[in-house]
Amino acid sequence: MDVSQYLEIFIDETKEHLQSLNEHLLILEKEPENMDTINEIFRAAHSLKGMAGTMGYMRMQKLTHQMENVFSEIRNGKMKVAPNLVDVLFQCLDALENYLELITESGDEGDNDNKPILNELEAILNGGAAQAVEEAKPEQEEKKAEGDGKKEKYKDMVYADFEQHAIEQAIEDGLNVYAITVYIDESCLLKAARAFLVFKGIEEIGEVVKSEPSSQDIEDEKFEFDFSICVISEHPLQKVIDVIQNVSEIRDVVGEKLDKVPAAPKTEQQEEEKAAEETPKVDEKADDKKQPAAQNTNAQHKTGGKPIVNRSVRVDIEKLDVLMNLVSELIIAKNGLVSQSNSEGMQNSHAFNEQIEYLERVTTNLHESVMKVRMMPIETVTQKFPRMIRDLTKKLNKKMELSMTGEDTELDRTVIDEIGDPLMHLLRNSADHGLESPEVRAQRGKPEVGSIRLDAYQDGNNVIIEVGDDGNGIDVEAVKRKAVEKGAITNEQAELMSEKEAIDLLFRPSFSTAKVVSDISGRGVGLDVVKTKIESLGGEIEVKTRLGEGTKFIIKLPLTLAIIQALMIELGSEKYAISLENIQSIEDIPATDIKYVQTKEVVNLRGTVIPIIRLDDVLDIEHTDDGESFTVVIVKKGDRLAGLVVDKLIGQQEIVIKSLGRYLSGVNKIIGGATILGDGEVALILDVNTLL
Amino acid sequence: METNNNNNMETIEEVKQYIVVCVGVEQYGIDISFVDNIVRMQKITRVPKSIAYFNGVINLRGEIIPIISLRRRFNLEIDTFTDKTRIIILRTARQDAIGIIVDEVKEVINLKDEDVDKLSTEADIEGDENQTRYISGVGKNKANNTLVSLLNINNVIGDEPA
Repeated sequence: MDVSQYLEIFIDETKEHLQSLNEHLLILEKEPENMDTINEIFRAAHSLKGMAGTMGYMRMQKLTHQMENVFSEIRNGKMKVAPNLVDVLFQCLDALENYLELITESGDEGDNDNKPILNELEAILNGGAAQAVEEAKPEQEEKKAEGDGKKEKYKDMVYADFEQHAIEQAIEDGLNVYAITVYIDESCLLKAARAFLVFKGIEEIGEVVKSEPSSQDIEDEKFEFDFSICVISEHPLQKVIDVIQNVSEIRDVVGEKLDKVPAAPKTEQQEEEKAAEETPKVDEKADDKKQPAAQNTNAQHKTGGKPIVNRSVRVDIEKLDVLMNLVSELIIAKNGLVSQSNSEGMQNSHAFNEQIEYLERVTTNLHESVMKVRMMPIETVTQKFPRMIRDLTKKLNKKMELSMTGEDTELDRTVIDEIGDPLMHLLRNSADHGLESPEVRAQRGKPEVGSIRLDAYQDGNNVIIEVGDDGNGIDVEAVKRKAVEKGAITNEQAELMSEKEAIDLLFRPSFSTAKVVSDISGRGVGLDVVKTKIESLGGEIEVKTRLGEGTKFIIKLPLTLAIIQALMIELGSEKYAISLENIQSIEDIPATDIKYVQTKEVVNLRGTVIPIIRLDDVLDIEHTDDGESFTVVIVKKGDRLAGLVVDKLIGQQEIVIKSLGRYLSGVNKIIGGATILGDGEVALILDVNTLL
Repeated sequence: METNNNNNMETIEEVKQYIVVCVGVEQYGIDISFVDNIVRMQKITRVPKSIAYFNGVINLRGEIIPIISLRRRFNLEIDTFTDKTRIIILRTARQDAIGIIVDEVKEVINLKDEDVDKLSTEADIEGDENQTRYISGVGKNKANNTLVSLLNINNVIGDEPA
């Protein structure tokens, strides 16, 4: 079977399973007796094994198979979950992630057998379970036992005349006729797709004469987690079953060969219900081998069988990018129409204006919808953090706990992709530099377990992510000393420096205050990288710290990247855009109000002294004569303000940000990008952050 | 030109098409495989604080394209735009699209390998660097018996210091 077309599904699903494993292992570590969790891990390992096997990744299959064996023992109550087991399991997880990474890159799982891990699992199996010899057997027997009991739903299949006839014919022709029941994993989200794959697989080696529910119902997902089929094939039963089991997320397959045409239809539905009722009884009288099955059904009852998930479609992010570009084009075209309608000759056409307004509303809504489609919860990056902190706890020998809120806060996919590393870095920072050693914490009367927080929430058009700890805080004096030592600043500068300026030193390239370079952080590629990354995403980062009490990094990110509201201004004959996000107010300031402080122009605006920036100087535009007053756009970055002198205001506009391309963006920091105006002209977007 | 019929296979490989353009008094040839488009002069938005030979950016059907001036690149006098001035949009495999301003677009010529005098690069680097690093060779245009300097596109649009 050519499986390459399923590779993408495989990768996605494997990721999901690994994530679920990760989460449940963390729970397991805290609650070693939690049966639900154990079942969940068993199921994830089992699905992974099946999927890897189907795709021909033998090493991965072997590893998951061994994991499954271990959990099978635990489920059977023959083994307890020991702390060292969890460690090994985490190693397994890492190994599986490595396989997945290789597969994602090259389509091949590589040639690392992970022997040490396999051996350890083996040892645990041998040590923990007396009947470790039977290792592979329980599973098989389990299947058999179940097969004898409850699972033969195919016996209840009702055959119509023509179906009976077909079966009769086949038997006469010397072909084999099998009745089979297929059970799909309860956690499966795409039952119909799995069923389809089963049908497709069978059609390659035989013919499906009958299915229950009908194939139409199966296609429409109108069935629980099993279906029965009658197959005519020249191949032996085992081969048919193997084909079916090759489809991932198939929990079990049972079937038998029919030697004669099935008896006349048992028309009563009750018959089936009766069979269903019998199920628990069969389980009870079964021997200990069957315990897992019983637990399995219990778990089923608890979760209510059907997973509650919205219907969704996986879409390639590139397709969304194309869609987004088209929306951008549409907005540009709309802006063109708007500027046309404002020009001569069109004013009196009332109906035309109405239509334009309607178009404006539609494009704005369309833009919002497309943006929403691109949004993903931040959870996709934060979910790996608990594991990281757990590992750090062991590595650093500090007790700490990570608490997160607002994981459902949504951000643009492109931001999500980029934000993981900076956040991870900040968390490591908190764990390594922030939190004190246990002894120091005890001296200071702090709780033994250090707390690290990650809070995300939406604030207007921004998303705020705060990473904080209750550790030592930043020692401003130490930072200054270090900076002097490194020659970054002079002694005098250090003395004059405000606390805030000193903290900003941390964001300079190759600056680390950790006294010892450790494995975790402190190699000097640090906060400056974080800062650059966040700024490249159009965001900002701020630090709040109190010596002895803790530190908090506050990251502010824009919700959208591509389309913003901007104020259009004119300088000489050129037009520029300033993001509305950055604008505090617009003031008309008399020339006489402009004062000089250390030869720099400032204005005292309602008690705040604000530096004035002459944009025409900054942008090399010919100076126009100063009038009696200036139009000044007050912009803000964090709590810093500046007044930008402009010639003329054009107005507010929704603009589409386009990159200047590689040739120009590297050279030019003041210009954040370009946008296309309604008349086709290009206007540049000023990046206020670099002006301040 | 039509003499080499029996050698057709080889000649096809050797012939390259060039667009002949005028910048100042000289004629330059641009390998046609780099050319994406030729557009008329249009309003160029200046980008402050950029490298001197960048004129700015234009909007080409929704795409922002940086424009460089060949005259400025070659240290000639300031551009004067006429109705013959054209912007040639180039697209190379490893870089984004970029436009270059030329005074005039003349014609398309076919040059066989034997019509091109390759400049040996080593000798030229020692020589007048500024002029020759942009030229990959000189082609003889047999039709009107003129010489055409063939542009080394990657160096012209590359960001090495001018």
